[in-house]
Amino acid sequence: MQKIEAIIRAEALQDVQDALDALGVSGLSVSEVMGCGRQKGYTESYRGSRANISLRPKVKVESVVPDEVVERAVDAIASAAHTGRAGDGRVFVLPVSHAVRISSGERGEDSVRHEQPAGWGH
Amino acid sequence: MEPTLEDALANIDTLWVFVAGTLVLFMQAGFLLLEVGFSRMKNAGTVVAKVLANLSIAALCYWAVGFALAFGATKAPAAGETAGWFAGNAGFFLNDLDKLQLPAMSFSKADSAAKFFFQFAFCAVSLAIVWGTTLERIKFGAYLAYAVLFSAVIYPIISHWIFGGGWLQVNFGMQDFAGSTVIHLLGATGALAALLHLGPRLGKYGRDGKPNVIPGHSMPLVGLGVIILLIGWMGFNPGSTLGVADGRFAEVAIVTMIGAAAGGLAAMATIWRVTRSFDIGMTGNGVIAGLVAITAPSGYVEFWAALPIGAIAGVIVVVCVIAIDRKIDDPIGALSSHGAAGIWGTLACGIFTSPRLAELNAVGDGGLLYTGSFGQLGAQALGVVAAFAAVFSVSYLAFWAIKKTIGLRVTEEEEHDGLDIVEHGMWGYPEQFMPIPGSVYQPAASERAARSAEKSRAAAVALRSATPSTQEN
Repeated sequence: MQKIEAIIRAEALQDVQDALDALGVSGLSVSEVMGCGRQKGYTESYRGSRANISLRPKVKVESVVPDEVVERAVDAIASAAHTGRAGDGRVFVLPVSHAVRISSGERGEDSVRHEQPAGWGH
Repeated sequence: MEPTLEDALANIDTLWVFVAGTLVLFMQAGFLLLEVGFSRMKNAGTVVAKVLANLSIAALCYWAVGFALAFGATKAPAAGETAGWFAGNAGFFLNDLDKLQLPAMSFSKADSAAKFFFQFAFCAVSLAIVWGTTLERIKFGAYLAYAVLFSAVIYPIISHWIFGGGWLQVNFGMQDFAGSTVIHLLGATGALAALLHLGPRLGKYGRDGKPNVIPGHSMPLVGLGVIILLIGWMGFNPGSTLGVADGRFAEVAIVTMIGAAAGGLAAMATIWRVTRSFDIGMTGNGVIAGLVAITAPSGYVEFWAALPIGAIAGVIVVVCVIAIDRKIDDPIGALSSHGAAGIWGTLACGIFTSPRLAELNAVGDGGLLYTGSFGQLGAQALGVVAAFAAVFSVSYLAFWAIKKTIGLRVTEEEEHDGLDIVEHGMWGYPEQFMPIPGSVYQPAASERAARSAEKSRAAAVALRSATPSTQEN
């Protein structure tokens, strides 16, 4: 059981979500984050003054998946969020020691396993 | 010389025309809020800059050239003659305003300066309507280039045909009291030409070609915009009387209000039939459509006729918004609420115009319902076709030229980032997008020191009181 953390462009979110859904990932969480990386910041001007902004808005997608799905999920995210330019983001994979599905009381990997695509948003 | 009663009456007319012009000017705020509300947050600020720039361009161009082309004449035409069939020809830069003849507005004793102010405000409204279809992806420079052409040439010439004593008004008796065609259809036609060159926003159509929803960020702002437009319309239609005689302006106001109410309710009922929801944005579009449709007939119809005219406009706008959205991307529904409803309103004169009001305004005849004749309806249809064809062909070429020279659309990357930051260097809602120095409270150094001393004292107290209970466990 591993946790995938992907920092991606906001406009790639729908494609990434669809790709993970197609793999039968059981759920994911999304948050808006600010960050910096290889993509340059930008300059703002406001009534004659300038400000250099180093942090850009990105979207963070987090999902815990069974071990056998990890590689496919990472590939799916990397291809769905790819444009080839600086600023596409990163994918990280972390081990997870335990999990509980609160509604049913399922524990461990079973609680993050999902047989059928849920059809999020369709 | 003692002022006469006649002077006083003329001065009252002047005052009314100026007040009505100011109300029409206030509609700029309505368009601003409507467009901001129907945009996403990253494209809110650009609307502000655009409205201010367009209003300024319209003021200068209409003063320099537009008013002369629309209304100016060196001498009053004889009965049955047009005041120049194609365009006016005097009063550039409002030179010799005192001697300038405005034959199409000579029925009003109001001062020429007030008449200019009122007509300029109309021109600015028509220009504002053009940009509704172009939100969230157009280059700022395109606004400026087309605004000059539109307010100096396109709008003045077409408005001369229908308002200024040109061929449609005098030779064919086309009725358009306050501009369903002149203001609204013209603006929407420019909007269509721009949209065809511009294409849809990124993400509007999925890979399967089905339209996606890109909701605007603030329905309260949309609502405020609609209400401000409604108030502005009370200058728009009632002001087109250009005077206060017999309280006609108040009757026109009632007709206008009934049209707006019928449009809003009909649109709400229609969208409820389709989606089983009382759609907020569509209700707003319905009110606007009702107002647009009642604009041409407002001075020609009796109170009762405003109800069917507004209600049919409310149905038309819903059907058109849904149909248009399948193929082309019109973020605020300008093509439907100003274009389709403008056409309907213009044609509605040919059906509902009451003979007594046609006679009062001395333009055209009664409508189909009263006379059983299709004559007036034919004149209205001719006007719609002529105005649309002329404006569309010129605008289509103009936007093509803009596309080839300065460019019409921002790059894909810029569109993702939003026009606010790309074109204006700043967001409309900065705190939504960037960490701002000062947005988090930073206490002064002395205050910080005092606080940290206070904190450590409190911590020490808490630790002491906690210790005995730990031992008991």
